[in-house]
Amino acid sequence: MRFNGSDEYVSTDDLTLAVNAAIQLQRPLLVKGEPGTGKTMLAVQVAKALGVPLLEWHIKSTTKAQQGLYEYDAVSRLRDSQLGDPRVHDIHNYIVKGMLWQAFSADSPVVLLIDEVDKADIEFPNDLLRELDRMEFYVYETRELVKAKHRPIVFITSNNEKELPDAFLRRCFFHYIRFPDKETMEKIVGVHFPELKKTLLREAMDVFFEVREVPGLKKKPSTSELLDWLKLLLAEDIPTDALRSKDRKTIIPPLHGALLKNEQDVHLFERLVFMTRAKGA
Amino acid sequence: MLIDFFLKLKSHKLPVSIKEYLTLLEAMGKGVIGPSVDDFYYLSRAALVKDEANFDKFDRAFAEFWQGVETIPGIEAQIPLEWLLKQVELTLTEEEKKQIEALGGWEKLMETLKQRLEEQKGRHQGGSKWIGTGGTSPFGAYGYNPEGIRIGQDRSRNRSAVKVWDQREYRNLDDSVELGTRNIKVALRRLRRFAREGAPDEFDLENTISSTARKAYLDIHMRPERRNTVKVLMLMDIGGTMDDHIKLAEELFSAAKTEFKHLEFYYFHNCLYDFVWKDNRRRHSERTRTWDLLHKYGHDYKVVFVGDATMSPYEILQPGGSIEYFNEEPGAVWIKRFMDVYPKCIWLNPEPEEIWGYRQSIQVLKELMNGRMYPTTLSGLERAMKVLAK
Repeated sequence: MRFNGSDEYVSTDDLTLAVNAAIQLQRPLLVKGEPGTGKTMLAVQVAKALGVPLLEWHIKSTTKAQQGLYEYDAVSRLRDSQLGDPRVHDIHNYIVKGMLWQAFSADSPVVLLIDEVDKADIEFPNDLLRELDRMEFYVYETRELVKAKHRPIVFITSNNEKELPDAFLRRCFFHYIRFPDKETMEKIVGVHFPELKKTLLREAMDVFFEVREVPGLKKKPSTSELLDWLKLLLAEDIPTDALRSKDRKTIIPPLHGALLKNEQDVHLFERLVFMTRAKGA
Repeated sequence: MLIDFFLKLKSHKLPVSIKEYLTLLEAMGKGVIGPSVDDFYYLSRAALVKDEANFDKFDRAFAEFWQGVETIPGIEAQIPLEWLLKQVELTLTEEEKKQIEALGGWEKLMETLKQRLEEQKGRHQGGSKWIGTGGTSPFGAYGYNPEGIRIGQDRSRNRSAVKVWDQREYRNLDDSVELGTRNIKVALRRLRRFAREGAPDEFDLENTISSTARKAYLDIHMRPERRNTVKVLMLMDIGGTMDDHIKLAEELFSAAKTEFKHLEFYYFHNCLYDFVWKDNRRRHSERTRTWDLLHKYGHDYKVVFVGDATMSPYEILQPGGSIEYFNEEPGAVWIKRFMDVYPKCIWLNPEPEEIWGYRQSIQVLKELMNGRMYPTTLSGLERAMKVLAK
């Protein structure tokens, strides 16, 4: 199995290599990067390109590692026991499989996405060491060992909110998705809006990178925000001329709300535009 | 195999482990990559480096390893030929190999190189025959001959062959540099501490089961939700020498405001005295007594001072040292009071750590803080948060 990017996802050389290394060595791939650079999309696209099912496990601050393995539904059993349901005698009826179990017991290899692992408790990654390393775990309630039939291809994304333990990192491949340069960005946009006019694209891209370079922005617009903005530009049918002017700094780009998500940023941006205009006059 | 490389990374203080090294070898054994150095660079980075803050260190170590000669000037004439051959062969692309043909092929080139190495005695620069730097001979660095063999050059002159690790694109992710808002937020998040507090609105399964079993009827138990309960009291120096650091202080403040539910902040000027205030424009009319702060906020608050601590030492140590009004007790006493009430107390200093030693007031305050003064770089902030979270 090899991943070479797809028609919907532009993968840089280093990313492709990291993905293939992870696939061939059957180790998890830890993906970090600025928000909106396509960390989660990577797993989706790899699954699509390889033609295997995708299992997604989204982590929240309250998620426990155990929930990925299985959960014992004691409440249903308690209820059934009070109602005299015969199912109550078999504990198997009350073991709910988690994402990892589903991935391990699948008949063909699957892609497993563990999304935003850093949101969880600090102990979370440590609790998954053996499960991800040996791809097996023990179910205490039924005294059985669950072993992966096929080692799943595991993608783990992190936003760097917590440092991950070294023991966990040692077992992973790591890739940091850098913010794409103009060339890669053009490819990415081309993939999402194939019918976009070349001129509009170039103008929009210039505006986008200019906005990104405004000093002091609290949240720089990212790839996904650019794509949203282009979608809006297309939907509103903004003419290319609106983006272009002799001195581009004198206009506020239309629909800039898609790029700047913070009223302080919008304010700062408007002030800068105003200042350059005052200087020019 | 590649043990030197591994040791080189270690010597650059990269946290690499044997297991990761073996993973890299395993990957090479399985033929994950072709015979290209770029691929090897990406693969070794994915396998060995697990933090983008270390990418820059890795790039430097990598460059040093593959072009190891540059660190020692004049070594060109002492390189064992076999070693050189191997290294050069590795860094050549197909195109470059074709270009070599132009000079009569690889063998011939190496033959000539060997000859010249023998002829040459010392370090050489310029000219068109000898090995050295800046010439047009096919041997040496910083030259213009497209058929040249590069010896000890950190990037190729014609941009076509710039190696990835020479670009050092990850420099701004290195954790010893200054921060942006997002970085600060991420660092502050390490302070999170979850605890159950407040209204019981979550179903407590385990308690319900055990209680039901004990009482033999369904006994529902509820518990409060887990929340981040860290409480932070932030005291910021404002005005005067802090004007140079306004942007940073602003960023730190806005990051802290979104990260902590219980964040209290006050301003002071240069050093802490009898009064602090919330609004800098009305600092003389609406100020709070520092005693009130000590009484109002419990000792479970974590206190963060932000200031450059740059002033005359008298402002800290002498009564009446304040430049704004006559203070009866010296600033040092107030700092000490805070240290006594709040066990978790740190000072963030936007001045670079290297110059702290040259400013007496910084030294004095650092001592007052029991050494808990940290620079506002990412690593400094992380160290600070670690102390606070303990």
